[in-house]
Amino acid sequence: MAFVDIQNVALRYKPQGSDEGTLAVEHLDLSVERGEFVAVVGPSGCGKSSLMKLATGLNFPTDGRVTVAGNDVSGPVAIAGMAFQNPVMLPWRLTRDNVLLPLEVVEPHRRSFRSNKKAYQEKAEKLLASVGLEGAGSKFPWQLSGGMQQRASLCRALIHEPELLMLDEPFGALDAFTREELWCVIRDLHASKGFTTILVTHDLREAVFLADRVYVMSARPGKIIVDRHVPLERPRPIEVTYEKEFSDIVQELRGHIADARQ
Amino acid sequence: MTATVERSWASRLDWVKLAPWLCTAGLFIFWEIAVWIFDVPYYILPSPTRIAHAAWEFGPGLWRNSLQTLWTTLAGFGLAIVFGLALGLFIGWDKRIYAGLYPLMIGFNSIPKVAVVPILVLWFGAGWVPAVLTAFLISFFPIVVNVATGLATIEPEMEDVLRALGAKKMDIMTKVGIPRSLPYFFGSLKVAITLAFIGSVLSETIAANSGVGHMMLTAQANFEVPLVFACLIALAIEGIGMYALMAWVEMRMTGWAHRSGFNR
Repeated sequence: MAFVDIQNVALRYKPQGSDEGTLAVEHLDLSVERGEFVAVVGPSGCGKSSLMKLATGLNFPTDGRVTVAGNDVSGPVAIAGMAFQNPVMLPWRLTRDNVLLPLEVVEPHRRSFRSNKKAYQEKAEKLLASVGLEGAGSKFPWQLSGGMQQRASLCRALIHEPELLMLDEPFGALDAFTREELWCVIRDLHASKGFTTILVTHDLREAVFLADRVYVMSARPGKIIVDRHVPLERPRPIEVTYEKEFSDIVQELRGHIADARQ
Repeated sequence: MTATVERSWASRLDWVKLAPWLCTAGLFIFWEIAVWIFDVPYYILPSPTRIAHAAWEFGPGLWRNSLQTLWTTLAGFGLAIVFGLALGLFIGWDKRIYAGLYPLMIGFNSIPKVAVVPILVLWFGAGWVPAVLTAFLISFFPIVVNVATGLATIEPEMEDVLRALGAKKMDIMTKVGIPRSLPYFFGSLKVAITLAFIGSVLSETIAANSGVGHMMLTAQANFEVPLVFACLIALAIEGIGMYALMAWVEMRMTGWAHRSGFNR
């Protein structure tokens, strides 16, 4: 069985006290193998964020079945880390303490957090250094640039060593150069730690560069209309994005999205 | 080197620091001159020198009553902090509580407190108790609203990050909600302290036998108009002092929220 398995799922947002409401996704089928990097693309409003919430147990399907790591999702999935377009750092905490926030909440770290604080802090600094934020831990997040905050946000998503990383348009608000830098950061983290990743994005180049498999979703109610394997060899240097094979895949996906918008 | 020498004396002064003193002095000078030019009788508008004279003459009484009012105000303000914080946290805890209690709060705040004082006097008798309670009632609303707003505006992404990790409501409140609402809370204290003065003086003018409000009423009855104005100025000084204290506390406690440096 796949690591993340979504079978024939529908999700309807109901206003309280009524059976009507908008159908965000319907007949959604999607599976992600352990360690795989999957990107989900689609026209805006196609229910990509609903997919995020389904896979992390923040929302439950109206119909169908969601399993993560072989278990039915019946509550928040603590083995998941999340990062969003908005880095949402807490301005009153140092960057290091922002990164450590999940450990204060998630078991089993929660119990040993106070007694092991020193070790955890070192771990956070190490993780920050691995994304190019050496020494930034003792600064406040608002003293960092947008790209640096997003790196810190990735560290926060990864500090508890999640088996599943969920990324919701994490680079959407960044400039093109910073974005490409962060693609490489993610690529290297994925290569070294081997977590399963689901990336929701609008950017087809980003999807093709990073993912092993790209799913295209239809307009609302969203379902998967294309499942495209990306055969590019790893490790992928950023130059691969200028090669013909790469742009052919991007072109092909662009065609599917155009169809989905109709 | 020469550049510093050539700078005129005017550019070496810190005008921002001087501005409040200059403006205040300017107001009193303008007032003094206006009274003198238009020959305004002292029982309509006394001149600042006349007010100062009255303040000197009734110094001990003014001092005693000012302290009484300050004490009353601070007691009511203290109650407002405790109950305002508690109620703000309670209301901000859940959307349903927020929706249910908010209209009640607005309704309650719309009631003129001057109409409430007689009821308080009926319940607790004349004296300092109604004054403390009026100060409390009038000043706790901004605290409640601000604390509740701080809690209600947590970023949904932040909530998702924590909830996905299995955080309970309590975790989200203590890690994010409460620290987040602190700038709102300390900001509201500045508004609340000035309102608390209004409340206590209001009650003192209706039913009390001490305090600045009471003194003002007595002075008015004796046609001591300069003393009435001296009382008003004493109140203004107390209000500014307490406001400055609250602004300082706010800066000390939540410096991170003032990072733009825009109003430094």
